[in-house]
Amino acid sequence: MTSSNTAQAEGPDAYREATTLELRRVSKTYPGSDRPVISDLSLEVGAGEICVLVGPSGCGKTTAMRMVNRMVDMTSGDILVGGRSVRARPAAKLRREIGYVIQQIGLFPHQTIGENVAAVPRLLGWDRRRTEARVDELIALVGLDAELRDRYPAQLSGGQRQRVGVARALASDPPLMLMDEPFGAIDPINRERLQNEFLRLQGRLRKTVVFVTHDIDEAIKMGDKIAVMKVGGVLAQYASPAELLTAPADEFVEDFVGADRALKRLALLRVRDVDLWRAPLVREGEPTAAARARVAESDLPYPLLVDADGRPLGWLSERDLARERVRAPADSGPEPVVDRDAVLRDALADILQAGTQYAPVVDGAGGAVGVLSIDVVGHFLAQGDTTEESPSARAGVDP
Amino acid sequence: MIALLAQVEIRDRAAEDGCVAGNGFCPGWIADNLDRYLEPFWQHVYLSIVAVVVGFAIAFALALLAHERRWLVGPIIGITGVLYTLPSIAVFFLLQPITGRGALTALIALTAYTLLILFRNIVTGLENVPSETKDAARGIGYTDRQVLWKVELPLAMPEIIAGLRIAATTTVGLATLAFFAGAGGLGGEIFADITFKSNVVFAGGLCLALAILLDVMLLAAQRLLLPWRRAVAT
Repeated sequence: MTSSNTAQAEGPDAYREATTLELRRVSKTYPGSDRPVISDLSLEVGAGEICVLVGPSGCGKTTAMRMVNRMVDMTSGDILVGGRSVRARPAAKLRREIGYVIQQIGLFPHQTIGENVAAVPRLLGWDRRRTEARVDELIALVGLDAELRDRYPAQLSGGQRQRVGVARALASDPPLMLMDEPFGAIDPINRERLQNEFLRLQGRLRKTVVFVTHDIDEAIKMGDKIAVMKVGGVLAQYASPAELLTAPADEFVEDFVGADRALKRLALLRVRDVDLWRAPLVREGEPTAAARARVAESDLPYPLLVDADGRPLGWLSERDLARERVRAPADSGPEPVVDRDAVLRDALADILQAGTQYAPVVDGAGGAVGVLSIDVVGHFLAQGDTTEESPSARAGVDP
Repeated sequence: MIALLAQVEIRDRAAEDGCVAGNGFCPGWIADNLDRYLEPFWQHVYLSIVAVVVGFAIAFALALLAHERRWLVGPIIGITGVLYTLPSIAVFFLLQPITGRGALTALIALTAYTLLILFRNIVTGLENVPSETKDAARGIGYTDRQVLWKVELPLAMPEIIAGLRIAATTTVGLATLAFFAGAGGLGGEIFADITFKSNVVFAGGLCLALAILLDVMLLAAQRLLLPWRRAVAT
């Protein structure tokens, strides 16, 4: 894609600084009701952080989010975006500066994808060239094919539409994004992919994000900070994912994060964060004596056959080392092979799924760097310490 | 009034051939007498189009009003519904003491008949706009007015055009009675010699052709203006 100089100047590397968000003792009571839907809610979100609002249905998480761009008016308290009250200017003006993504996406069916993405720039009165360049850039940024630009929303898949929704929300380069269950209507496989894509994008853009979900797993995956809310809009706990899992504030939070919170901590880590076993790597045609020596000093009884570039080919048995030289092919394939950057929970799931005890771990180039075993994970969980990383770092984008 | 409906003959039977004398369908006679239908045809076009355009303007204004004040929908449907059920011939005669004989009387009645269809279709079209589309539009910074003109009305266009098509074809049909109000139109020609097949078939055919023409034009406008309606998953 060709892009002009002006487009590059506004390109992904020159995005606007994220902003802070503060909810100060915010309450909301609907007229004719004496029960508040939001009670005295105070939250501070740092610039560039993803704050996830999570809780059972009726806890007011969506209402809380919608008060930020004044889609719902608060009854008392104040909300500050970058230190400035959201009530300081007309609602429509405020909203053009805040990205907005909802579960049903709400693309305009009568406009092409390009026109949908251009909606906010047009409201802001950008000239044609700047708008066009921005649309091209965003369509590429969210990973959509440039040729989709002239299609209509009805011609796209659910996942593609969700990407367009995100592109539209990012169009004016807002320092703050509001996302209401943005991946809730997507099938599990695509949801996982979109979550990772969004985290990768976030690693580059560093927006301040308010993300609403009812799914605690999604909250743990996406959040720098998680606000667990109870019915009536009461804040139960506001903490980092690891803190939430290791030290739930009360019984409600403990129940909500679930009895498997030890396991959930695995979602916060990557394979490379645990001490891997050294694997006895052997190549075809090597003297078996050397191979045996390597098996003896490793943590594993079986040698891992690798190709000339160190990529795992499969496991060898005792028998394969009986001759003078290492013989191929291997007894069994290397599967499952896990990436060292993979989330630990996913890697463990792969191992359990395959019915084995361990799996070769490979680096980005596919070369074997060690072995992950169930024992390693068990030992790690017993230790109980959790190092923290930002969600986008876990998604593999940080430098 | 009786005189109006009385049997009139628009041809000189004695001077014509057997087809005409026998009240038959005679292409030769039609070709020779084309010009007698010209003026009534243009009157018919005028009555139909003006009635639909004025009716649309009124229905549109009412629909926008009712879109903001929901409680108005019921009363407006009620009133336009009553107008719709009044027998048209009665209205043509009842209005004459007030507005006199002529196009104005006919136009008032014809316009009144379009209101129910047009109002209901515009309101339905606006109501059918998905709430998430409106929510997203407001959420990204459209003002209420921009939501209406840039999102709701464009999305209501299929229903609005459907309403216009029904209104246009029924108005062309109803306008055949406009001659009772002294407004001319093809109805006058049909009734001028209702036993003569050539006359009835040709004048009636012109009405039909006009109705089809208007319908096709509206359909073409829809296809041209609403390309997104044809966009389906590929």
